[in-house]
Amino acid sequence: MTTVIETQDLTKHYGPVVAVEGLNLTLSRGEVFGLLGPNGSGKTTTILMLLGLTDPTSGTVRVLGHDPSRNPLQVKRRVGYLPDSVGFYDELTAQENLRYTARLNGFPRGETEGRIAEVLTRVGLSKVLDRRTGAFSRGMRQRLGLAEVLLKRPEIAILDEPTAGLDPEAAMEFLALIRELRTQDITVLLSSHLLHQVQAVCDRVGLFREGKMVLEGTFESLADRVLGGAYRIRVEVLRPDGVEPILRGIPGVRNLVEERPGSFTLEAQADCRAEVARRVVGKGADLVNLTLERPSLDEVYTRYFQEVGREA
Amino acid sequence: MRREGSPWTGLWAVVMKELADHLSSVRMQLLEGLIFLTALGSTYGAVRQLKASVAEDPYLYLKLFTTAQDPLPSFVAFLGFFLPLAAIALGFDSINGEHNRHTLSRVLSQPIYRDALLLGKFLAGMFTLGVSLLALWLLVTGMGLLVLGVVPGIEEVARGLLFLLTAWAYAGIWLALAIALSVIFRQTATSALAAIAVWLFFAIFWDMVVQVISAAAVPTYSGSPSETLAHLRLSLFLSRLSPNTLFAEIVLALLNPAVRSLGPIFITQLEGAVLGTPLPVGQSLLLAWPQFTGLVAGLLLLFAGSYVLFQRQEVRA
Repeated sequence: MTTVIETQDLTKHYGPVVAVEGLNLTLSRGEVFGLLGPNGSGKTTTILMLLGLTDPTSGTVRVLGHDPSRNPLQVKRRVGYLPDSVGFYDELTAQENLRYTARLNGFPRGETEGRIAEVLTRVGLSKVLDRRTGAFSRGMRQRLGLAEVLLKRPEIAILDEPTAGLDPEAAMEFLALIRELRTQDITVLLSSHLLHQVQAVCDRVGLFREGKMVLEGTFESLADRVLGGAYRIRVEVLRPDGVEPILRGIPGVRNLVEERPGSFTLEAQADCRAEVARRVVGKGADLVNLTLERPSLDEVYTRYFQEVGREA
Repeated sequence: MRREGSPWTGLWAVVMKELADHLSSVRMQLLEGLIFLTALGSTYGAVRQLKASVAEDPYLYLKLFTTAQDPLPSFVAFLGFFLPLAAIALGFDSINGEHNRHTLSRVLSQPIYRDALLLGKFLAGMFTLGVSLLALWLLVTGMGLLVLGVVPGIEEVARGLLFLLTAWAYAGIWLALAIALSVIFRQTATSALAAIAVWLFFAIFWDMVVQVISAAAVPTYSGSPSETLAHLRLSLFLSRLSPNTLFAEIVLALLNPAVRSLGPIFITQLEGAVLGTPLPVGQSLLLAWPQFTGLVAGLLLLFAGSYVLFQRQEVRA
């Protein structure tokens, strides 16, 4: 796997305010990485530094082998960026807006029109290409923004809060478009605070808090670290006397909570439902419910920030 | 840290886009309509005045620009008044407008430097102003030819062209000011008002300010020649800080070949001069050269200022 984005001890201060501190981030070609965190935690600043739109206070960035603050043109030629709340020239049509982008990129004239038609079709805007973008809905703007990203045929696509403010249906459609990028070997860096959407498309996530990336890894490993176990098993038993020690004794179980009499939640390292069933039934108790709950990213996130809050 | 790649990448794309925006914008069409109408009016007035007087003037064509007939001011006076307004209208929302429409970060994420965006906007504004001025100039010249029936000589055409260039630089100063203010202020309304405030200040209040300051700094109690001269020099210096004064002085020297000095002159300096005889173009230009340099320098300073500010500005809103 080739590394396409690499940062080392990347730090950005705005006067006394620390926006990003000591960020080490590595992205390989073709992966979808999610930057998570509350508003103002340094996600957008990180993105701007990757594009050379703002200079880091210290630390180094390499994007596709270039330093974005030294050689931004090379970087921006190959990286597409969809900003947070993207805007277009309202008095121009969708097509004209993209034509301007094409000219700024210096595409050969003969190619431009074909490319524009192609990307507009891909994001489903080919019917409104002659309409002024002033009349576009938020969802249409986002899709036009993605079309602009695709117009470059980028190696990396950086999407800042791409689904914020979209209705659920539009958000789902947009996520499907993002998933499609992955099939074309485009590396995607996505920032968001809408966790279930990130979980739906990202291979790996990084959790930001006050300018630092506090957690990083695949979703499973994060759940493992924060929730203590990636598997949660809900067990309901009638006549629960003596069941609890049995459940505790199952290998791999880290934690057990009895929420009501007869209703237990197990946190385990592995899916040990079969063992639970065998032991409970073997004890002679009546097993009425046994379900595996996949923890969601929301839970990881909430739990993490709760714990940090308690420590502070 | 040295940047790689040309800062002018994408410059023409920006210029062409902005030019198209300007030429099709309602704002510009309104202003052009206004300017054309007033120009027609003032030229008509001038023509009537010139026809009424005995046509003995050897520079009839130049008189077309400078003659006023009540209640209409001369064409030159009109330009001095309206050009700043047109330039401000073109430039007041160049950068903060992009901020407010959320297009700035999107455009800057394309492979261009900020240099290209700012310079592109400035050049497009200059082109637009240049085209309007040229059209206006040709219109007035054509009307003069038709109505007066006097063909201007080469000398006069050269003076006319130099005048055109001056007007262009004068408009450029206001364009650069408007763009600088659009970098400084985030609200387009604020930058527009600030630019108009500066324009009003120089158009109306600066003369009064100059009077007050020079009267306070160099009072003329005794009325001695040296005191009067010092007073005059100070007020002349101060009033030349205004682009309006510079423009007026250059125009005066260029369009009135008989003008020999733009400041106080001693009687000894006039020894041997045949008063009232016209100067050749070169000499008139030489006379106004410091003013012209000042105008262009002001333009460059303002543009450089907005350039520095824009380079350091954060992209995010």
